Amino acid sequence: MKLMLFAPELFLLLGSLVLFLLSTGKVGGKTARAVTLTLALGSVLVCLACLRHEGTLFFEAYRIDFFSQLIKLVIVLGFSVVLLFSTELKGVDDEIRPEYYLFLTLSTLGLLMLVSSVELLTMFIALELSSYSLYLLVPMRDDRTGVRMQMESAIKYILFGVVATGVMLFGMSYLYGLTGTTYLVDLLPRLHQMMGSPAALIAIAMVLGGFFFKLAVFPFHSWVPDVYQGASNETTAFIATVPKVAAVAMLIRLTALATPEGQAIVTMLIILSVCSMFYGNLVALVQTDMKRMLGYSGIAHAGYVLLGLVTMQEVGYAASLYYIAGYLVMNLAAFLVICKVSEHGENLAVDDLSGLHKRAPLLALTLAVSMFAMAGIPPFVGFMGKFMLLTGAFKAGHLPLVILAAINTAISIYYYLSVVRVTYSASPEDRPAVLVGGVSKMVSVALVLVIIAMGLLPDQLLELATEAVRAIL
Amino acid sequence: MDFLIMNSMGFPILSALIFLPLAGALILLCIPGDTAAKNWTMLVTVVTALVSLPLYWNFDASTAKYQFGEHASWISALNINYTLGIDGISLLLVLMTTLIMPLCVLGSWRYIDKRVKEFMICLLLMETSMLGVFMALDFILFYLLWEAMLIPMYLLIAVWGGPRKVYASTKFFLYTLAGSVLLLVAIIGLYLDQGTFSIPALMGQDYSTTFQIVVFLAFFLAFAIKVPMFPFHTWLPAAHVEAPTAGSVILASILLKMGTYGFLRFCLPITPEATILFIPYILWLSVVGILYGGFTALAQQDMKKLIAYSSVGHMGFVTLGIFVLNQQGIEGAILQMINHGITTGALFFCVGMIYERTHSRELDAAAGLGKYMPVYVSFLAFFSLSSLAFPGTNSFVGEFMILAGGFADNKIVTAFAIPGAVLAAAYMFRMLQRVAWGRPVNPDHSGILDLNVREIVTLAPLLFFVFWIGLSPEPFLRVMNVSVTHLIEQVGFASDGAVSVAKLMIP
Repeated sequence: MKLMLFAPELFLLLGSLVLFLLSTGKVGGKTARAVTLTLALGSVLVCLACLRHEGTLFFEAYRIDFFSQLIKLVIVLGFSVVLLFSTELKGVDDEIRPEYYLFLTLSTLGLLMLVSSVELLTMFIALELSSYSLYLLVPMRDDRTGVRMQMESAIKYILFGVVATGVMLFGMSYLYGLTGTTYLVDLLPRLHQMMGSPAALIAIAMVLGGFFFKLAVFPFHSWVPDVYQGASNETTAFIATVPKVAAVAMLIRLTALATPEGQAIVTMLIILSVCSMFYGNLVALVQTDMKRMLGYSGIAHAGYVLLGLVTMQEVGYAASLYYIAGYLVMNLAAFLVICKVSEHGENLAVDDLSGLHKRAPLLALTLAVSMFAMAGIPPFVGFMGKFMLLTGAFKAGHLPLVILAAINTAISIYYYLSVVRVTYSASPEDRPAVLVGGVSKMVSVALVLVIIAMGLLPDQLLELATEAVRAIL
Repeated sequence: MDFLIMNSMGFPILSALIFLPLAGALILLCIPGDTAAKNWTMLVTVVTALVSLPLYWNFDASTAKYQFGEHASWISALNINYTLGIDGISLLLVLMTTLIMPLCVLGSWRYIDKRVKEFMICLLLMETSMLGVFMALDFILFYLLWEAMLIPMYLLIAVWGGPRKVYASTKFFLYTLAGSVLLLVAIIGLYLDQGTFSIPALMGQDYSTTFQIVVFLAFFLAFAIKVPMFPFHTWLPAAHVEAPTAGSVILASILLKMGTYGFLRFCLPITPEATILFIPYILWLSVVGILYGGFTALAQQDMKKLIAYSSVGHMGFVTLGIFVLNQQGIEGAILQMINHGITTGALFFCVGMIYERTHSRELDAAAGLGKYMPVYVSFLAFFSLSSLAFPGTNSFVGEFMILAGGFADNKIVTAFAIPGAVLAAAYMFRMLQRVAWGRPVNPDHSGILDLNVREIVTLAPLLFFVFWIGLSPEPFLRVMNVSVTHLIEQVGFASDGAVSVAKLMIP
């Protein structure tokens, strides 16, 4: 049945209509949140039900395969987790909370549509739907600092975003000009014939640029620290996690275009990967704001993810997918702690976590697990993911890249460890205890368990990822 | 799988040893109360120790194969398996680990008074990962446990440590992690070359010399930091001084052995050619470590620091024994690993006991304690004698074998190590003299109580082993004999140069 193919998107679309109607009336944030949460959990079920569907829609512009369905599931799971732990939405005025939830849902909808798009314009529209909703979420933070930091961030976000999309659109026009089609299926064989030509390479590189922006790959990273800092904690939790999954999925789809003779693209990816890793990790070393630090660490992680793409092989793509799914979980765990520890929705400095193991033992443990996982220490998912990425890249013959990535692991441990150090070794002084609700506790335990389980038993998930990647190659 | 004798004991004994402490730690999460937590941890560690004993009775000393083997597929996509097994090299290390852990719990009974439950969980997690490291026959399993160990050890120092705990724990973590990131790259390199992560299957393969050298260097960096060999030792004194007693004991007795175990298990059989190429440098580094450790220990005022530097010296003897590459040297080195674990562990307990009473580890502050603590000083005397390799104690046997092996191999290098033994006597007697008798005028120690029963029970088993190994080392040497011979064959056969063959011919 054709309807089932579009069911997850349709479900979220109807849901956002409901939210839209709610936002026109006088509805408080609590109701809006309840509706959105129901919507999110419902969409998880719908996505699960549609996991194995396959087919095409809208004149072949929209493809449903295991790859897209799996990514959709991951995206709505991430969406649900963000909603589950952002119980109070501290940084946003109660009046505009229904709108906030509306745009959050729309952004997720855009991401769902993005991963199924196999036609350039559809891709573009889906990407913009998700991006513009996100741009709007940033300035919705209340003006606590009095310097309108959130506005500055929003302006930066939108300007950088528009430039990145412009670059992407320009690249798409090249692709169309070269091949005469916007459908990836037709594009692929025609592009292969002219793989040596610089025009084709530049076109692909530019199109990739749009997604590099989403994933925060060097040199499209400069929005990250400011937006992370300016947006409210809950918004950042979303921006830092969910869209990156979709971005990786699309990068995989597009990089597959360049195979097999894409040596220039590979070289470009290697350079970007190395730059991202070093830039992200080195700058993160000196950060004092928790979210800025995670922002720079995110740039470094984007570099790691590219390790999988440079292999141009199924194994590498699957490893990238696995890694970004793991990153989603690790990062969500970190942001859960930030959202909970931040009393009124203010930004947290690393020092604000002092003595967290006395103020909230479970949060301290969650944070420690998340930090060690991101640093790539076993038995957590960060290690397993990194190990697979390194193995894949090594196998594809990129030994120098592997060594540089390994060195980066050693660099990054310092700042992750300093967070753990503050939580466990520093005294809380007069900082208050942190109250954590029952649901948030359950979510944080679940995240910790998932981080460990993905690190120790990756077999099943890796198989799923490989199967998904095989569906698009 | 011809290298593995599958376990036939009716239950998977090695897995049981790994998972018992882990399960204990999980159950401990739900046990309220500090005393209950201590009792429970004591129970778990004692049971683990008891379960490990049959390993010795059922060990077949006539084969170099890995015994009590277990094998299960773990991550099939990458051909990673859950393979466990122990041979003569790892058997004693496993037993030492299981036997020392109950003592660590006992030794921290009063020392740890805050966050007791978390402390005990960390101890149990340490036990799981340490045992796993000695048993793992799959490289990824090994690496996973090797790295995972850093987390509980870091917390042991960072949460329950002394005043400079932040500095010490961070340094420990950064140093050891930085050392082992390239180890992972080397492991992946080996995998891509051979298509397997199985450690025994990677041994004795025909790698090119360049490849061997690169892999060896990556291995060496990781293991030399763990040992620690001069000049990678600087994390050790800091970590030892700040760690709580149990942390110091685990660090000295077991963690350091992982470095030397790594040399024996990986460097020698997997990259024999590179090993032989690097032997001269490593031997000299060992000698430098022995002398440097001895001289520095001689100058210390802090007793923990003194013992920490003495460890650098003692571990120098161990690496010397390993890299002279003959039967006596390696057997002596393995025995010395055990000896160092027993003796240095005991000495750290001794320092911890003083610290609990006087809240100081300064030699001057402890001067003259012997008058008030006669039992304590008797223990300290025996352990100090053992540490300086006094005949009749365990270290004498080990050090003698290492030196005998050394002289058979290279007289000049070994001759340079001899002053190390003299230095050991100097710094140990200096400490013993101070604590037992002190100066004409000593700080006031009135009111300080001698050891209680718990503390005597902590030290007595260690003293028992000091004399057992010292007087009759045969039961310990017997189990490692065949494995060591096999190891030397692996190095000898794989290296094609006549040099190495000639090396083995030297009586």
